[in-house]
Amino acid sequence: MNELLLRSLTPTVLGILVRRGADFAAAEDAVQDALVEAVRVWPADPPRDPKGWLVTVAWRKFLDTTRADAARRRREDRVDEEPGPAPSMDDTLQLYFLCAHPSLTPSSAVALTLRAVGGLTTRQIAQAYLVPEATMAQRISRAKRSVSGVRFDQPGDVATVLRVLYLVFNEGYSGDVDLATEAIRLTRQLAAAIDHPEVAGLLALMLLHHARRASRTAPDGGLVPLAEQDRSRWDTGLIAEAVEILQAALARDRLGEFQAQAAIAALHADAPAAEETDWVQIVEWYDELARLTDSPIVRLNRAVAVGEADGARAGLAALAELDDDLPRHTAVSAYLHERDGDLATAARLYAEAAGRATNLAERDHLTRQAARLNTRRPG
Amino acid sequence: MAKYLLLKHYRGAPAAVNDVPMSQWTPEEISAHVQYMNDFAARLETTGEFVDGQALAPEGTFVRYDGEGRPPVTDGPFAETKDLIAGWMVIDVDSYERAVELAGELSAAPGAGGKPIHEWLELRPFLTASPTITECH
Repeated sequence: MNELLLRSLTPTVLGILVRRGADFAAAEDAVQDALVEAVRVWPADPPRDPKGWLVTVAWRKFLDTTRADAARRRREDRVDEEPGPAPSMDDTLQLYFLCAHPSLTPSSAVALTLRAVGGLTTRQIAQAYLVPEATMAQRISRAKRSVSGVRFDQPGDVATVLRVLYLVFNEGYSGDVDLATEAIRLTRQLAAAIDHPEVAGLLALMLLHHARRASRTAPDGGLVPLAEQDRSRWDTGLIAEAVEILQAALARDRLGEFQAQAAIAALHADAPAAEETDWVQIVEWYDELARLTDSPIVRLNRAVAVGEADGARAGLAALAELDDDLPRHTAVSAYLHERDGDLATAARLYAEAAGRATNLAERDHLTRQAARLNTRRPG
Repeated sequence: MAKYLLLKHYRGAPAAVNDVPMSQWTPEEISAHVQYMNDFAARLETTGEFVDGQALAPEGTFVRYDGEGRPPVTDGPFAETKDLIAGWMVIDVDSYERAVELAGELSAAPGAGGKPIHEWLELRPFLTASPTITECH
């Protein structure tokens, strides 16, 4: 049985139930029950019309839990009348908006999106985020309560949806559920539901990073920096697809943060070797990005790019303008000092940056950089 | 979406404001304290922020490798060990500010006289998995 096909039907089926008048929270539970039932029944008895099957079963489950008999009769009559509305892309889109509603905290929006749009079970989501299933169940049911008063046909904000999908993608590759792949699937589905250059930009960004996946990690689990990655292992098919999506988005002249980030990733992907990277263009894109976001992280990354384009001294000068409390400021400083030939300072800063790293792979990487410089042979 | 460890110390943290050893509380005060801790954990479960909580025995053993073919060496407990962990709670929250807020609430658990202990809890962030997007080197 194709689990992805099954899960891809989730938002459509849920949308149909809500459109028929079921409240979102109850409908969402009913759809989950129907998915579980499908996993049980389909392998031996695959339905001719998977979506129709899911709608029928989910609707029955919804009715089973709806106590009011009068309402139940009324709804059953309607079921008999209606073969079910045609699948509507609008429903899918509305579900994305609802699950990323601004009243939700980021972690709630992520959990609700993965369940109600992604069709993952609470257990799978709990495993992916390394929390107990009971905790995740509470997080999801609170999120559902939070959005219970939101009207389903209200227009939402694409930017909030994109932030949620970005968070899912960036969570990385740990756990049984591949969150990066899931984020790409959900972003593709969103791109099919709405024509928006930033949705395309985010999709391109994800694909470009996903294309480098095999080369990002050393056999020992360590982080391989971009410049040292084996580029023959990059997925050229994904890169080509991403570049095409990005170019079509850029051509519409409505630049946004994700398109600019994707443009930078595309320039990296385009270089056959690290030395051939077009750093001058990358600096220009960072300038665009700094105008769009005002993010200090962007200016930090820009300083690295300046260091590559105009030399380490220029990079250090750009870095000097930034607050040295920024995360990874010390790591960038270490790198630029090494490029500038000041190996003793670089070694000291690498060690200091390792102490400040917020993730394990980066800490180990920075510690190795310090060790490499501290143990180098003279001359 | 960040995990934090809340560490409670037997020894090693600065003195609490209401610093009376538990053995000198009334039984009711102890019950009230235990109830507060249980309620706190239960509430964190309902907010979807609870990951784990455990208490530790005060006395432990130090163990080290002693070479090929030899059994590990054990030693301790050492009276001079400065830092002694009493227990922990792991939370999964949206922000550092929220972690601080929760640690503050836990530190308000009632002690002697039914008054908050104002105990110092240590808050330590987990190192995360590496994010996928880390432009640019």
